[in-house]
Amino acid sequence: MNRLRQLFRRRIDRELSEEIAAHLDEKIEELMAEGMPRQEAVQKARREFGNLLRIEEQGREVWGWPSLEALFLDIRQGLRALGHNPVFTAVAVLTIAIGIAANTAVFSVVNSVLLKPLHYPGAEELVALHQLAPGAEGLADFESGLLLSPSMYVTYSDHNKTFESMGVWISGTANVTGLAEPEQVRTVAVSDGVFETLGVPPAAGRWLSPQDQIPNGPLRVVLGYGYWQRRFGGDQAVIGKTITVDAQPREIVGVMPKGFRFVDADFDLTAPLAFDRGKLILAGFGFHGIARLKQGVKIAEANADLTRLLPVWMDSWSNGPGSNPHIYETWKIRPMIRPLKQEVIGNVGELLWVVMGTIGVVMLIACANVTNLLLVRMEARQQELAMRTALGAGRARIVRGLLLESVMLGLTGGVAGCGLAYAGVRLLVAVGPSNLPRLSEIAMDSATLLFAMLLSVLSGLLFGLIPALKYSARSAGAALQSTSRTVGFSRERHRVRNSLVVGQVAMALVLLMSAGLMIRTFAALRNVDPGFSDAQRLQTLRISIPDSLLAEPERVTRLENAMLDRLQAIQGVKSAGFASEMPMEGFDSSWDQIYAEDKVYADNTIPPLRLYKYISPGFLETSGTRVVAGREMTWSEVYGLRPVVMVSENLAREMWGSARAAVGKRLREVPAMPWHEVVGVVQDVPEKGVQEKPPEIVYWPPLMKNPFAPGAEQVARTVTFAVRSERAGSESFLNEARRAVWSVNSNLPLASLRTMQEIFDKSLARTSFTLVMLEIAGAMALALAMIGIYGVMSYSVSQRQREIGIRLALGAQGRDVLQMVLSQGTKLVLLGVAIGIVAAFLLTRLMANLVYGVTVYDPLTLVAVASVLILVKLLACYLPARRATLVDPMVAIRYE
Amino acid sequence: MEQAAQRDLFPGALEMMILRTLKRQPLHGYALAQHIKRTSQDLLQIEEGSLYPALQRLLKEEFVKAEWGISSTNRRVRIYKLTAAGARHLEREVSSFERMLQGITRVLAPEES
Repeated sequence: MNRLRQLFRRRIDRELSEEIAAHLDEKIEELMAEGMPRQEAVQKARREFGNLLRIEEQGREVWGWPSLEALFLDIRQGLRALGHNPVFTAVAVLTIAIGIAANTAVFSVVNSVLLKPLHYPGAEELVALHQLAPGAEGLADFESGLLLSPSMYVTYSDHNKTFESMGVWISGTANVTGLAEPEQVRTVAVSDGVFETLGVPPAAGRWLSPQDQIPNGPLRVVLGYGYWQRRFGGDQAVIGKTITVDAQPREIVGVMPKGFRFVDADFDLTAPLAFDRGKLILAGFGFHGIARLKQGVKIAEANADLTRLLPVWMDSWSNGPGSNPHIYETWKIRPMIRPLKQEVIGNVGELLWVVMGTIGVVMLIACANVTNLLLVRMEARQQELAMRTALGAGRARIVRGLLLESVMLGLTGGVAGCGLAYAGVRLLVAVGPSNLPRLSEIAMDSATLLFAMLLSVLSGLLFGLIPALKYSARSAGAALQSTSRTVGFSRERHRVRNSLVVGQVAMALVLLMSAGLMIRTFAALRNVDPGFSDAQRLQTLRISIPDSLLAEPERVTRLENAMLDRLQAIQGVKSAGFASEMPMEGFDSSWDQIYAEDKVYADNTIPPLRLYKYISPGFLETSGTRVVAGREMTWSEVYGLRPVVMVSENLAREMWGSARAAVGKRLREVPAMPWHEVVGVVQDVPEKGVQEKPPEIVYWPPLMKNPFAPGAEQVARTVTFAVRSERAGSESFLNEARRAVWSVNSNLPLASLRTMQEIFDKSLARTSFTLVMLEIAGAMALALAMIGIYGVMSYSVSQRQREIGIRLALGAQGRDVLQMVLSQGTKLVLLGVAIGIVAAFLLTRLMANLVYGVTVYDPLTLVAVASVLILVKLLACYLPARRATLVDPMVAIRYE
Repeated sequence: MEQAAQRDLFPGALEMMILRTLKRQPLHGYALAQHIKRTSQDLLQIEEGSLYPALQRLLKEEFVKAEWGISSTNRRVRIYKLTAAGARHLEREVSSFERMLQGITRVLAPEES
C-alpha cells in the first residue's frame, strides 16, 4: 500500500514538473518568436510564472503528500539548527530534562499509588466493608471506621444478598521457633472467603479452605512469598511440612505469589481464624472486612443490604447474660462500603496531588526559562528566518519548523529526563514514607513513559509557540534590512520576556510559600511535647509470649519481669519497663467503655470509649513520661492483683476537673470488674503522633483479674520493652539485650528493635516526605527563576550597551546606571511577588490538611519567603547591572 | 494558506475562472493561462504558476479531468476537461458570486434619498 502510494506520488510530482516545464518552454518560445533574446525571454517567463519551487510544493500539497517529506526536511533542518548552537541546546535540554525528570518521577508515584488498579483479578469489584459509628468515637476513627466483629462477619456472611464472597482478616505477629533463631513473623489471620474474594491463585500448594477453618481442627498455614524465599529458599517441597508457630506445629499447605498482600498488609504467614460460632459475642470490633460484589451490584445496594442486617446481628448475638444487645444502636453504626483501592490508598491522595501540582509548577517555570532562551536565540536567527521567507517559505511552514525544533528540544530533554527520572524514582522510594501505601509497587511503566513523552511534546509546543508566532509574523523585508547592530528592541518583544519573568517570580513565590509552610509545620511538630524524653537513648523491642507457650497469666508477668531485671543488669542501663505499645508505634489501639464510680449513667447509654494500655511499673520513669499527680503503680500491687489504675491528665480533667482531684477516684470497664483506684495521673501523650490531639488514656496494670472469667487473670502477652541506656541502638547493646532475653527463655524472638527516635521519625515520615518534596520543588523554582531573571537582565544590559555608553559619556555616574538597571529588575520582581502572594492565598488552601500549628496564610512565612525571593532576585539583577557600569563609553559608541 | 498570487482575488475565484474557461473548450495549462490573461485584458494580476496548484485542487475534487496529449506547438501537454460535477460546481459558484457582487454593488452605489 505504502509503496503504491509512493509510486503514485512520484508520478504526480513528475507530471507536474513536466507540465510546468512545458509551460515555460512554450512561453519562452513565444516570447522569442516575438523577437526577444533568449536570455531575456527566460527571465520574463520565470518572473511571470512566479515562485517555481513553491508552486510545485503547493501543487503537491493538494494531494496531502507534502507533510511527510517536508516534515523530515524540517526535522533535519531543526537538528542542524540545534547543533549549530550547542551551548544553547545544552542549557535548554538540561533545564527541560530536570523538569521532566522531576515530573516523571512524581507521576510514576501518583500512577503506581493512585491510578493503577490493585493487583487482584477483577479488582474493581472488590470493596472494603467500611462502617461509620459516630457514637463510638475513638474506636471508630474517621480513617479506619468501625471494624467488624466476628459475629458481625458471621451474620453478614450468612445473610447478605449482594456479595459474591466476603471475609474478614486481621494482622498480627507470631513466634516461629525450631528453624533458626526464634523469629517474630508478621501474620495475617483470615476467615473463610478472604482468599476467594481476592482471587489470587497460590504460587504453590493451595489456599486455606473451609476445612481449615474448623475450630480445634488441624492446624494449617500458608506462607508469604518473601518468607518462603528467606526461610525455605523457595523450595517447592515445603508443602506438607510443618513449622512451629507460637509453640504449635502447623502444616504448610500453600505459598502465595510474589507481591501478594492482604489489602495493604504484607505478611510472612497466613493462618485461619477458625471462629468458634458457639462462643462468639457481639463485641470484638477488630477485623477488616472485604468482599467481592456480585455482577452489576452497586455499592449503595450493598450498603442497604448490610443496613438491613445490623438488627439481625444484634438479635442473633449477645455480650453475655444481662447485657443489652441493642446498646449498639447508640453507636449509630452505618455501613459505608468503599472501593478496596480507596481503602488501600487512604488519605495519601491529597498529599501526592499537592506534590504533583508543585512539581508541575516547576515545569512551567522551566518552560518559561526555555521560552526566554528561545526568544534570545530567535533575535540572532532573524536574518536566517527572513532569508527563508524571502526564498519562498510560507509562514505556516516556518512556524511548523520552529515548533518542530522546540518539540525536538523537548523530546531530547524528555529522553534525558527519563533517565534521570529512573534514578529519581529509586530515590523517591527510598525517601518515601514507609507507610506510604503501595510503596513497593512504585515503578516506571509504559504509562509513565507515555506521560514523559506527552509532557516533552507539550512543553516543547508550549515554550516554542510564543517565539515561533512572534518571529514568523515579521515581514521579511524589515528583518532583512535591519542589521543586528542598530536594531533597538521593540517594546512588545520586551513585554513578553518581562511577563515571563514576572510569572516565574510569582510561581516561585507560591512554591516557596508551600515549602515554608511545611518547614513551619515541621518546627511546630518538633515543639510538641511527645510524652517521652531523649528518644535516641530509649531502646525498644517487642516480645510476645503466646498462650501455647505459657498459659498461666501470672507466670507470663513473672517472665516479663525477669526479662526486665536482666535487661536492667546490662551495663549502662539506667532503667527499663514495658507497655502494651509505645506511643506512635502505630498498632491498632484498644478501646473500651470506662465508667467512673461517682458518675451516674442512664440506662441504655454507654459511656464514651477510651483508649487503654497496659504498663509495667517503672515504664513511665524509663520513657520519661511525667506523672503529674499521684505515683506509678508498684510490682507488689501488680502481683497482689490490687485494683489500681492510672489515667491521662486530659481524662482526669474531663471526669474530675483536675489531675489532683482524680487521685483516689475509682473507675472500671464493666460491672463485673472491681472498681480500680486511680493512683496516678500521667501527662497527655500524643499517642497517634504529634500532629494528633492526645487521646484520653487509661493505663491498666499488666496483670489483673479477668472481668469476663471470674477467678482467672488477664495479662499483657505482647508488649514493647523500653530500655534507657546511653548505648541504645548500638549493635553490641542489641546483642546483649538478646542474650538477656534468651537467658530467661530461649524460645522468645525479639522483634522491632528500634530506638524511640526511629519510631518517632517514622510517625513523622509523611510530613517529612512532604517537606522534602516541597523543598526540592521550592529550591528548583528559586534556582530556575533566578537563572531566568539573570538571563533577561543580562540580555537587556547587553542590548542597551550603546545607550548606557552614551549616558556615561554624557556624565552619568556608575551609580546612576546601576540604579537604572536595578530599578528595572526590581519592578519586575515586586510585581511578581505581588501576583505570587495573591496566587499563594488561593492555592495554599489546598494544603490546609497537610500543615500543623500554622495557618496557610501565615504572615511570618509569607514575609520570610517574599524577602528571600526579593533578595535572591536582586542579586541576580545585580551582576548584570554591575557589568553595565563597567561599559567603556568610547568602546560602546565606537562599536557601531 | 497564503498565496501571494491571489492577493487580489478572493479564494475560489481562480478556480471559478478556470472552470468557466474549460466549459468552453478543453485546454492545456499554458493555453488556459493565456486565455484568462487575454480575456481579463490584464486587469487581474495572476502569476501564471498559480494556475497549477488550482488545477491540482480541481483534479482532486474531480471537477476537471486531465489527459496527456500533443499541443499545437507539438509538445506533450496535459489537457484539462470539465467534468459534469465541475459544471454543476461552476453554476453554483457563479450564482453565489453574482449574489455577492450584487450585494457589494448595492452598498457601493450612491445612496438614493
